[in-house]
Amino acid sequence: MNLALKDIRHGLFRFVLTCFGLGLLMTVVLAMIGIYNGLVSDALAVVKAPAADVWVVEAGTKGPFAEASSIPADTRNAVARMPGVAEAGAVNYQNVEAPHGGRTLRLYVVGYEPGRPGGPRAIAEGRGIGASHFEMVADRKTGLSPGETIRLGRNRFTVVGLVEGAMNSGGDPAVYVTLADAMALQTELDPAAQRVQTARGAVSVKSASVAAVIARMAPGADVDLLAATVRQWKHLAAMTQGEQEELLLASVVDKARRQIGLFLGILLSVSAVVIALIIYTMTMEKLKQIATLKLIGAPDRAIVALIVQQALILGASGWGIGLILILTVKDYFPRRVVLEPFNVMVLAGIIAAVCLLSSALGVRAAMKVDPATALGS
Amino acid sequence: MALGDTLIAVSGVAKHFGEGETRVDALRALDLTVRAGEVIALLGPSGSGKTTLLNIIGCILAPSSGRVMLDGEPVFDGRWLRRDLRRLRLDKIGFIFQAHNLLPFLTAEENVAVVLDLAKRPADEGRARARELLDYLEVGHRAKVKPALLSGGEAQRVAIARALANRPRIILADEPTAALDSARAGLVMDLLRKLAVEQEACIVIVTHDEKIFDRFDRLIHLRDGRLADA
Ligand SMILES: Nc1ncnc2c1ncn2[C@@H]1O[C@H](COP(=O)(O)OP(=O)(O)OP(=O)(O)O)[C@@H](O)[C@H]1O
Ligand SMILES: [Mg+2]
Repeated sequence: MNLALKDIRHGLFRFVLTCFGLGLLMTVVLAMIGIYNGLVSDALAVVKAPAADVWVVEAGTKGPFAEASSIPADTRNAVARMPGVAEAGAVNYQNVEAPHGGRTLRLYVVGYEPGRPGGPRAIAEGRGIGASHFEMVADRKTGLSPGETIRLGRNRFTVVGLVEGAMNSGGDPAVYVTLADAMALQTELDPAAQRVQTARGAVSVKSASVAAVIARMAPGADVDLLAATVRQWKHLAAMTQGEQEELLLASVVDKARRQIGLFLGILLSVSAVVIALIIYTMTMEKLKQIATLKLIGAPDRAIVALIVQQALILGASGWGIGLILILTVKDYFPRRVVLEPFNVMVLAGIIAAVCLLSSALGVRAAMKVDPATALGS
Repeated sequence: MALGDTLIAVSGVAKHFGEGETRVDALRALDLTVRAGEVIALLGPSGSGKTTLLNIIGCILAPSSGRVMLDGEPVFDGRWLRRDLRRLRLDKIGFIFQAHNLLPFLTAEENVAVVLDLAKRPADEGRARARELLDYLEVGHRAKVKPALLSGGEAQRVAIARALANRPRIILADEPTAALDSARAGLVMDLLRKLAVEQEACIVIVTHDEKIFDRFDRLIHLRDGRLADA
């Protein structure tokens, strides 16, 4: 006869309600963990997408993500010829606001050279860029679909394919265009401004530059040697992929990460206190029944089992409900919510520990109760 | 009838609550011996120490001084001599409470069977024993009902069944028949009597219930914590 289950079934409605409440709390905790993970992985998405080994940027900058970087477009040729480089591609990044379908889309425009590193990783729908102008591959979160057109700057681009999970560290979805289009977009002015400039007799002052050159190494090639070679050009600097990722986390998302991390800590503490309170109260309400059990001769083992099992069932249900809820709603968040099995397991461990600790409090009270209290009416 | 072993032997037991001005002497140097097969009544005015004595015999209250032997085994001599008093209660003592104290989350049947369950006996045995006792006490038809839905008398009979479930040799009851009509009170007394004979048990009942006085082997009167010779 399992007393814990019988007691739960006796007050099932209340128990379920308690579990559900705890489940909601766990949903918030899991959401926070997911948002934290999402922030980190989103921030890295744009760095990881080109699958680069080395980033060549403007000397003295931490570009192209943490700081602006601008190097001559022909740097790519020089890098491609350096020792150990298998492939190199020039890239360019910019934020653009584009009116589309009655609202303004905030886009992260990535310019790359088709056939070279820097482009979208895997096309989820449609195809990659085929023409040299005015085609675009967009992230699904832009809401654009293949065949649609959107105006960027002076030109109208046709969406030919979709990718997933491409965005900048702020969460703005990415669109990929050819480097030539991206550079034009960067330097050109809209027609009205252009006319003003032409009337003043000015010619375009901006020279063609790119943000970075991405290099992929030949198998077994020495990354450090390449970095040293790059640094001989005084206007260039080189960063390995690892350094670039670290830089991004340390500079761009560090504050947001610590902000969420601290909030997560507070949330976990609050949950621990709430769980402890629920379990302790649950035991206190049963003290008279525990006294009766002692009176009829129940061993401590039976009483401890009653308390601990209920605590664990409560914790496990709360965790399970939380997990189901967050898995149901996580795709409705505007930014990615990423839950790793490891995080979910760690949370389970924390909840189990909290449940056991708080049932220890209950058990202490239960052990102290005098069986004679069962006799008083 | 032939009397068996001494099951309860209380000698020189005293119990006081509090100290100084608030001191209450509930029992003063009391001696009592009860043997197997005996059904005795504890009588006396309110506050005379009946419940206190019952709790001491049931090992849920430590005397201030004196000695207690249960079923031939010394259990108290200035201090408890056994550490596992609950095991002792589970094996040897059946309590029928004044307030019936059934577990609210178990059905009537489970409330009885739980005693055997705690003693690690098989589930069917517990269920069968519960059925048998509930049927005998005419509450078998309420076996699947939770205590909240039982009448006072029904609950009391379930509590009696629970006290008897483990076939204890010492049965202690505080006003067990107060909530029952005289026919059912007679039935309970018959059962207790039968048990005393068949299981060589002894039964100590605190009662004010004059309609059952004639059912006892002995009437023991308490007054101010002492035996009063009637
Ligand atoms: N836990 C306690 N603390 C202090 N005094 C107590 C305690 N229990 C009992 N007493 C006192 O001891 C005396 C005997 O009490 P007891 O409960 O044994 O009486 P009783 O004969 O059962 O009375 P009743 O017929 O009213 O149930 C009373 O004066 C009572 O107030
Ligand atoms: Mg009393």
